[in-house]
Amino acid sequence: MAAEIGFGALFISLIFAIYGIGAAIYGERTHRKDWVKSAQQAMRLIFPVLTISIGSLLYLLANGHFEVVYVADVTSRSMPLYLKLTALWGGQAGSLLFWSWLLAGFIFAVALRKWDRDQDLLPWVIVVNLATLIFFLILNIFYENPFARYWQDASGIISSFGQPPGALPIYPRDGGGLNPYLRHPGMIIHPPMQYLGFVGFIVPFSYAIATLITRRTDDRWIQITRGWTLWAWLFLSLGLILGARWAYDVLGWGGYWGWDPVENSALMPWLSGTAYLHAVLIHEKRSMFKEWSMVLIVITYLLIIFGTFITRSGLLSSVHSFAESKIGPIFLGFLILTLLGTVLLLNSRWKILRSPHVVQNLFSREALIIISVVLFLGLLVTVFWGVIFPMISELATGQKVTVGPPFYERVAAPIFGGLLTLMAICPLAVWSYVSFKHLGKLLWKPFLVSLLGIVLPLIGGLTRWPALIAFWLVAFGLAVNIFEFIRRIRIRRRTEGEGWWSSFSKVFRRNQRSYSAMIIHVGVVLMALGVIGIEFFQTETQGTLAEGQALRLSSYTMTYEDLDIFDTRDARNVARAVVSVKKDGQKLGELYPRKDFYYESGIPVTIPGVRSTLLDDFYVILVDWKEISSEGATFKIYHNPLVKWLWIGAWVFVVGVVMATWPSGKKGLKALNVGKL
Amino acid sequence: MKKFLRSIVGLLSLCLLTVSVFRPVSAQESGPTDDEVNAVASQLYCPVCENIPLDACGTVACEQWRGIIRDKLAQGWTEDEIKDYFVAQYGDRVLAEPPVQGFNWLAYLIPFMVLVGGLVLLVFGFRKWRVTESLQSTPPRRKTGLQDPEIDQEYLRKVEEELEARTRGRG
Repeated sequence: MAAEIGFGALFISLIFAIYGIGAAIYGERTHRKDWVKSAQQAMRLIFPVLTISIGSLLYLLANGHFEVVYVADVTSRSMPLYLKLTALWGGQAGSLLFWSWLLAGFIFAVALRKWDRDQDLLPWVIVVNLATLIFFLILNIFYENPFARYWQDASGIISSFGQPPGALPIYPRDGGGLNPYLRHPGMIIHPPMQYLGFVGFIVPFSYAIATLITRRTDDRWIQITRGWTLWAWLFLSLGLILGARWAYDVLGWGGYWGWDPVENSALMPWLSGTAYLHAVLIHEKRSMFKEWSMVLIVITYLLIIFGTFITRSGLLSSVHSFAESKIGPIFLGFLILTLLGTVLLLNSRWKILRSPHVVQNLFSREALIIISVVLFLGLLVTVFWGVIFPMISELATGQKVTVGPPFYERVAAPIFGGLLTLMAICPLAVWSYVSFKHLGKLLWKPFLVSLLGIVLPLIGGLTRWPALIAFWLVAFGLAVNIFEFIRRIRIRRRTEGEGWWSSFSKVFRRNQRSYSAMIIHVGVVLMALGVIGIEFFQTETQGTLAEGQALRLSSYTMTYEDLDIFDTRDARNVARAVVSVKKDGQKLGELYPRKDFYYESGIPVTIPGVRSTLLDDFYVILVDWKEISSEGATFKIYHNPLVKWLWIGAWVFVVGVVMATWPSGKKGLKALNVGKL
Repeated sequence: MKKFLRSIVGLLSLCLLTVSVFRPVSAQESGPTDDEVNAVASQLYCPVCENIPLDACGTVACEQWRGIIRDKLAQGWTEDEIKDYFVAQYGDRVLAEPPVQGFNWLAYLIPFMVLVGGLVLLVFGFRKWRVTESLQSTPPRRKTGLQDPEIDQEYLRKVEEELEARTRGRG
């Protein structure tokens, strides 16, 4: 019954969405506001109806209704309740429904806002949002139905929502269980974050398209969608960070980012979205480069659809291959349609969109931001090309090739270097005009301090110049941001005669956006420290040890103490090693690297033992073992200097973005009103 | 200034404690060790477990491949010879990057062209945008005695001007 209710609700949502589009267009064409209003009501209704659908699926998942194909695919009796529920996004059909539901939630929020000033945009915002939703609902209803059941007929077991003639329902006793890789906390939260980020960007895109269609030339769409964009960006960033953390904790190869095509497809919208966020600043502050922000939000939307397409169409195979299925052609059709539509629309509005560009000198903030946008786009093109080249090669030559980390790193390293430099200079640059002399005056102190970033590693015996440059860039970025913040507080103290704390909070509140940006940039610089640690200084070794034998790496010694092999209640066979770790002869404690074998899916998962400090991580993987543990076990150990800073920086970054989205107090509102005049 | 120098010295001594991280690692014993096998394996990808380098892959097939690498190393093969052996058997896809030949040139050429093209366009763009500016308004005074972006008189003057222009435009 729950399956019928769920599917019925899904179908009703589709009808509402189609009606919403029709009513919005009709109302707009005939200038009848009541029709647009009715479309708006339809937008509000979809979310509660889809919630019924999601609720039904959750009910089926939680109660082990294995006659439903999706439930049998992603859950099993032995799974705890929370995993049964999070299995909602553990497979193709469920995650598509979840995607639609989140989008419906955003659409609901968009429909709730007051539209008094922007009535002309409303119909087109409705059309774009609902068109995207319809696409995903169609996928769910006709291609990947999460409510389809198992039936048995003469030909065997088949899956279908309705009862095929001559077939009888069957009720499997248990399901296959959730992919073990998806049982990690990082992977439980990662998909919702990623989807929220993707879905969030659809809202600013819809406003951009509405602005284009209505030929409005003001910045209203940017103002309305600023909050949406920042939240979407936050979620997209969180998705990437959690994905990286998950890879580090579960995939067991000592790294966090493998330039896997699926990772890349999540990175691409982030790159264009980040470029968009920066371009919008010039748009807002200087009323220039308006067409850039428009093009960038369009690219971001297309990349979101593209990313979802290549990861789900089975076009690629990778570690994320659980997300594959045969919905490729319809996805490709939608992608091409959207691409053509947006290109034609942009082309027809290009003349009214173009704004005069005035960049007075190379050190003005707008110039630096434009350079950063171009760098983001450079990296984006490289990643895009790297992702599609194997397909192109296969089509052109029949030969499939691998485009792996070395390809991307060659381009990414100098681009990240350039971005770090810009991040260091940008807080000091002002809009419109700044002289080199003025900039130099502000830069020399932090520059001197940043030289420590070269001197100290040199004293420590480091002579690889790329690493030295990288350290200097990090030191420079940190020094500039910290000096600048202190300098502004001191100016405030001097002019207003206030205490340190009062100056600090007032300076911050006075320009919340600018300081949030500084915090975000400090976060990125700290993350860079972690990246440098792994990229330049990661070392590894592997060896087979008998009990009591030791393996050395860097200043660490790891001794193999014991190995336990046992079954768990949730249908796992666990091989858990006990190793003791010493650093410079001093005992630090024990680590427990293990290998979990999931009986249901037949998949082994390697969980490393990690000892993490601000200086370095000691990371142990149990590679293999003999049946009798005294005969020996093979371990692979990694020494990952500074990697903890990647996660610390990520937190700082997140705090910065949350601060940027935080509504400012009365003063902020006043400032905003002044800005609108 | 004194305070500033003192804080530098403080920072220096603090950071000195951290530099031990970058000491080199001790060398391994001779013969085809696991590390030597992994050094070659990390540059190869098996056709089944796409996008997982051979040294990190836990499947039986990849274990066998590592066994082959070990044997070849024991027979005195070089890294390149072993890589060529796998390419001959399974095609270019076993390599981490497409080999620079024939059609694969495109893989490397496009990002390079885009980056160079982007930079060239940027240079031309900045030139053009500056020209537009000089046609539209007077160039900024050079000697402005700028002290600080927050009390930047030149900047303030421009803001005032633009605000006035905008208000006039609305009015």
